Amino acid sequence: MSGIPHDHYEPKTGIEKWIESRLPIFGLIHATLTIPTPKNLNWMWIWGIVLAFCLVMQIATGIVLVMHYTPHVSLAFSSVEHIMRDVNAGWALRYVHANGASLFFFAVYAHIFRGIYYGSYKTPREITWIVGMLIFLLMMATAFMGYVLPWGQMSFWGATVITGLFSAIPLVGVDIQTWLLGGPAVDNPTLNRFFSLHYLLPFVIAALVIVHIWAFHTTGNNNPTGVEVRRTSKAEAQRDTLPFWPYFVIKDLFALVFILTVFAAIVGFMPNFLGHPDNYIEADALKTPAHIVPEWYFLPFYAMLRAITFDVLWINSKLAGVLAMFGSIAVLLVLPWLDTSRVRSGRYRPMFKIWFWLLVVDFVVLTWCGSQPPEQPFVIISQLATLYWFVFFLVILPILGVIEKPLPQPETIEADFREHYGTGEAAMERAAISNPAE
Amino acid sequence: MSMLKSTILAGLAALSLGAGAALAAEGGHVTDYRFSFEGPFGRFDQSQLQRGLQVYTEVCAACHGLKFVPFRELAEHGGPAMAENQMRAFAAMHEVTDADTGESRPATPSDHFPPSGLETAPDLSLMAKARAGFTGPHGLLVNQLLRGIGGPEYIATLLHGYTGEEKEEAGAVLYENHTFPGGWISMPPPLSDDMVTYADGTQATVEQMSQDVAAFLMWAAEPKMMARKSAGLTAVLFLLLLTVLLWFTNKKLWAPHKGKHV
Repeated sequence: MSGIPHDHYEPKTGIEKWIESRLPIFGLIHATLTIPTPKNLNWMWIWGIVLAFCLVMQIATGIVLVMHYTPHVSLAFSSVEHIMRDVNAGWALRYVHANGASLFFFAVYAHIFRGIYYGSYKTPREITWIVGMLIFLLMMATAFMGYVLPWGQMSFWGATVITGLFSAIPLVGVDIQTWLLGGPAVDNPTLNRFFSLHYLLPFVIAALVIVHIWAFHTTGNNNPTGVEVRRTSKAEAQRDTLPFWPYFVIKDLFALVFILTVFAAIVGFMPNFLGHPDNYIEADALKTPAHIVPEWYFLPFYAMLRAITFDVLWINSKLAGVLAMFGSIAVLLVLPWLDTSRVRSGRYRPMFKIWFWLLVVDFVVLTWCGSQPPEQPFVIISQLATLYWFVFFLVILPILGVIEKPLPQPETIEADFREHYGTGEAAMERAAISNPAE
Repeated sequence: MSMLKSTILAGLAALSLGAGAALAAEGGHVTDYRFSFEGPFGRFDQSQLQRGLQVYTEVCAACHGLKFVPFRELAEHGGPAMAENQMRAFAAMHEVTDADTGESRPATPSDHFPPSGLETAPDLSLMAKARAGFTGPHGLLVNQLLRGIGGPEYIATLLHGYTGEEKEEAGAVLYENHTFPGGWISMPPPLSDDMVTYADGTQATVEQMSQDVAAFLMWAAEPKMMARKSAGLTAVLFLLLLTVLLWFTNKKLWAPHKGKHV
């Protein structure tokens, strides 16, 4: 599977040979588990496992929740209370599922910013990156539709506001909105189709996750140096890598269980901290909440949507806001072609580093602005933060590649690993075997 | 239909893509009461829940309902811990319409508390989770993290937050209340000193009754809170142990590849 030279699976017993020649399942499992992985991966490389776990957790809890939930405007809210009160451990299922979405997004943001800092999107990993972005978009759609299902006030008004965005499209906008909603307003048809799609999309995500993993197993993992694994011989490749099992499986499991400890504390002790009180009020089309806010993980994009309070040329402010919001994700999609630097890892890019951390701060500021009422000074702060988001991707990144003088990069991953972690006995022994004259 | 449309337009205005929509006045003062059920180890005070149930039944239930709360929960673990026969007797005091026969009959444990009798009185089943007492500062959620979301504090403060001022607006009487968003509420002051007689001898001051009924409503909104906290604690301890074990496993596994600087 990987282009890095390594041992391949050889069926030994008769039964293994029989199965392997018909369905190479053992070879696939072997290749996946033994894939050579750069040994210098740091703790920012654990989010992939956390994300895979989140997907499985959300699907597992979701499937059981569906057994007790009723997607109908007059029953949805009370069926959620039925889950909370009558179903055995129903409260645990629901709180794990609701807070699981938050963990999912926290992990995906860490994963994406890791990718930006270490240049994981650069050649030859563009397809891994783009598939990842498609997964991110599907996650947003899934989470948004899932939030509508409890049929609380924020469910209803969030759905009204977000589907209302489509009405900003000239000429066909209102028709598209009606088509999406299944009627002139958010109502039972909307709830039903959101329920259907909320169940479907996670499986599309699962398929894309396989493609995402397939793609980076073909190119090999990026690593904190951005320097590629040596591929000229198996012996050389082995000096840069260690097999995924057991080294990275155990490391990732440690990180996952630590994160789950924090997650269990949130679910057990403060399960409503990340939610909104208004969603414990049943949806009412006649009462608009004073302050409509999406879940925290949508706030940065919501802030960009609201930041455009002025018309841009012939585009009215509403449409411009929608374009800014979608554009903020579109720039991520084409990121591999916006970054002109030939140096992959931000570790060796002194100017990029500063702008990168400013982007992280910018993202946090946008999150905060999105939670605030649309009034000054939040409007101007949102506008400046939105501006920086686009300037970073469309201006700074292309220019940096030309003007920046990168720091020297290590020759090999082995050299970087030795510098950070020293040389262990295993490497000493291998060195002794490969150079018996010394 | 035009009503629905205008509501949606109002929603879009609130979203404020263009013009800044006026936000309703933020909530007023909320006292940060120390309830027994706060924090990871907090537990409901059974006698307080029983007093709260009494206030609810004798005062609130005249107008409000608890339509999501089944009577059986009163006898379940982690609640007011009513005796089984007491709970059955309490349920039987309420008349419900049987879903199958359509006839009126005394309620059984699986039936729910009646819904609000007064159309304008909101149902209270989830009220303690549907209100935030503490926000900010500046949306940073620090207060919610440290002091809780504050639903029960909001209810308790609101119930004795009346100033005594009244005004008439569009044919309805409004009462000034510094806790209610906007400052004027249509609910008349519901409590007065010694309105109920507590069986356990507790002095029934307005403040005492407010806190008792707020605690009861917190339980009504989250009857599984104590089960949740104890399961949460078990999960945290178990996962913490596993974290430590995996830390040492990982350390040992990597040791041959790390260590000596050359």
